[in-house]
Amino acid sequence: MDVLGYIISKYNYWGFVLLMMVGMYAMIVKNNLMKKILGMNILQTAIILFFVSTSAKTKATLPILEHGHGDHAIHAVDYINPLPHVLMLTAIVVSVATLGVALALALKVYKEYGTLEEDEIFEAQKKKLNPEMQEGEVNS
Amino acid sequence: MSSHFPAIIIIAPLIAGFLISLSSLANRRFCFPIAVAGLGIAFYSSIGLIVSVFEKGVIQYRLGGWAPPMGIEYRIDYLNAFVLIMVSGVAFVNIFAVKKTAERDLPEKLGPFYSLYVLFTAGLLGITATGDAFNLYVLLEIAALTGYALIGIGSGQNSGRAAHSALNYIFMGTIGASFYLLGIGYLYIATGTLNMADLARVLPSLFGSNVIMAAFAICMTGLFMKMALFPMHGWLPNAYAYSSPAAASLIAPLTTKVMIYVMIRICLFVFTPAFSFEFINIKGAMVIVASVAIVAGSLFALSQKSLTKMLTYIIVAEVGYMVGGFWLGNKEGMTGSILHIANDAVMTLCLFLAAGIFAYKIKPRGEILIKDLGSMFSRMPVTMGAFVVAGLSIIGVPPACGFFSKWYLILGGIKAGQYWFCAALIFSSLVNVILFFRIFESAFFGSTCSNHEHGSAHETGHHNDHEAVIDEAPASMLVPLLVSTAMLIVLGFGTKFIVTQIIEKAISGMI
Repeated sequence: MDVLGYIISKYNYWGFVLLMMVGMYAMIVKNNLMKKILGMNILQTAIILFFVSTSAKTKATLPILEHGHGDHAIHAVDYINPLPHVLMLTAIVVSVATLGVALALALKVYKEYGTLEEDEIFEAQKKKLNPEMQEGEVNS
Repeated sequence: MSSHFPAIIIIAPLIAGFLISLSSLANRRFCFPIAVAGLGIAFYSSIGLIVSVFEKGVIQYRLGGWAPPMGIEYRIDYLNAFVLIMVSGVAFVNIFAVKKTAERDLPEKLGPFYSLYVLFTAGLLGITATGDAFNLYVLLEIAALTGYALIGIGSGQNSGRAAHSALNYIFMGTIGASFYLLGIGYLYIATGTLNMADLARVLPSLFGSNVIMAAFAICMTGLFMKMALFPMHGWLPNAYAYSSPAAASLIAPLTTKVMIYVMIRICLFVFTPAFSFEFINIKGAMVIVASVAIVAGSLFALSQKSLTKMLTYIIVAEVGYMVGGFWLGNKEGMTGSILHIANDAVMTLCLFLAAGIFAYKIKPRGEILIKDLGSMFSRMPVTMGAFVVAGLSIIGVPPACGFFSKWYLILGGIKAGQYWFCAALIFSSLVNVILFFRIFESAFFGSTCSNHEHGSAHETGHHNDHEAVIDEAPASMLVPLLVSTAMLIVLGFGTKFIVTQIIEKAISGMI
């Protein structure tokens, strides 16, 4: 029971760890480059979730004075911390840019090899290398 | 003007990046001068910065006038002023050398190439200059993203492999950067600040906390991935070997060295040595990991047939030198490690410039194998001479700078009682002797390379008078190569100045 309570009280951290592991699993195990790219994006999203969830707070609002609760003096308790959100705006931009570069490169790989399965790519690279080596031996 | 150098050093290449992509729409001829101007301003500012650090001590620059810890602070001390000069100098010298290769290999992509080049430099300079842990992440990603793109451009018959290895680099690099970001998140939760100096102030009271331990472990794992420490080096050799030589000679000398700088910065100036070296007891383990990296990198290098692949595995071994030297945790090891950051950057630059020239002259499209370098001394005496000096420096022959940093590293290893580390260093030096003398031998006595790609297949049968043909690279490639070769010797003779005037001041009070 205690364990369950522990898990539930920190559910946001468990959630981000789970997502992160899903992402890393996909990046390490999957054979298809597209699935790896998706895994990479899940990994980055997990970390964004982690940052944003750390600043969540019940019974608090945006850190803008006009939206404050009541007329009393300003209490930090009434406002959520905006900094993690701001940091994550940058991280989202970074992850979008990474995704863009990764997709562009995947496109280039597909154009070159006609496949996105990694074992087939390695196969094609070996084939490409071998005739070249034989040619070199003939010349020397 | 000079008080704004910490900002200018980043902003000049950033703006140059934008201007290059704009002007490439109008006329591609403008790209190169703009890139040179941007990098020249950055190089000038880095010299200005180290001069003012000598005069006035640590510079704290507030971006936008916001005071730290709220605002982002750029903090220049002896350590990063030294690394800034290294980064901007290598980028500035290298751009003249890659002009010809870029124009021939990537004629359609000159605009993107130069703007990625300067943005990559801006990212690395920012990583070095910043005093804010999250800002470091953003600049890390700027450098990484442009690096992926530069490697992915590829050229010739390697372009498919270049794209594939750049994609692998993205996966590893993103995991590394994400781990770093996660570690910073843990630190932020525990301390409520992202400013490095502020973190160093708050952290000592929290040393026992599990959050700080986790933050340290996660940050370091991320950085080890980014710097290609041995078991996590998988992305590096292919990415550097299959990229266009124009991109390789920029990325190979700088990326791993700047990541080692970040490790030193985080361990010494954020977590403080009291935590990194004393509170958690991983010094010995890290030195062993580094020794394994040195041995493994050297052995892998020995098994390569391709010249660039061999050079990339030498980089893997050199990363082991610097990581091991740092984790020795004494003054000599630390000095050797920081000195080796600059020395290794120049050595790697020199080797990759020479490899770029070989690629330009003998094998425009494809890998240069070691056997292709037969009788190079008679065909390209200048390039080969520079290659010999750089090779001797990697081996560690005295007047060249590689000897001095290795000397400090071995001294540190003996002082710390880490004899395995010393043994690994000496083993790696011996392997380097084999690696380079194998090349020197075939370049001196070997026959002309067998597969010219300039349609000279009929020559191979009766090519006895090959010593008459001097077929040297154009001057625009030779001059940067000779400058970097001269720097190897200058750095070697300047070791005393660098150690006493810069490095000792950089780590004073830390060790």
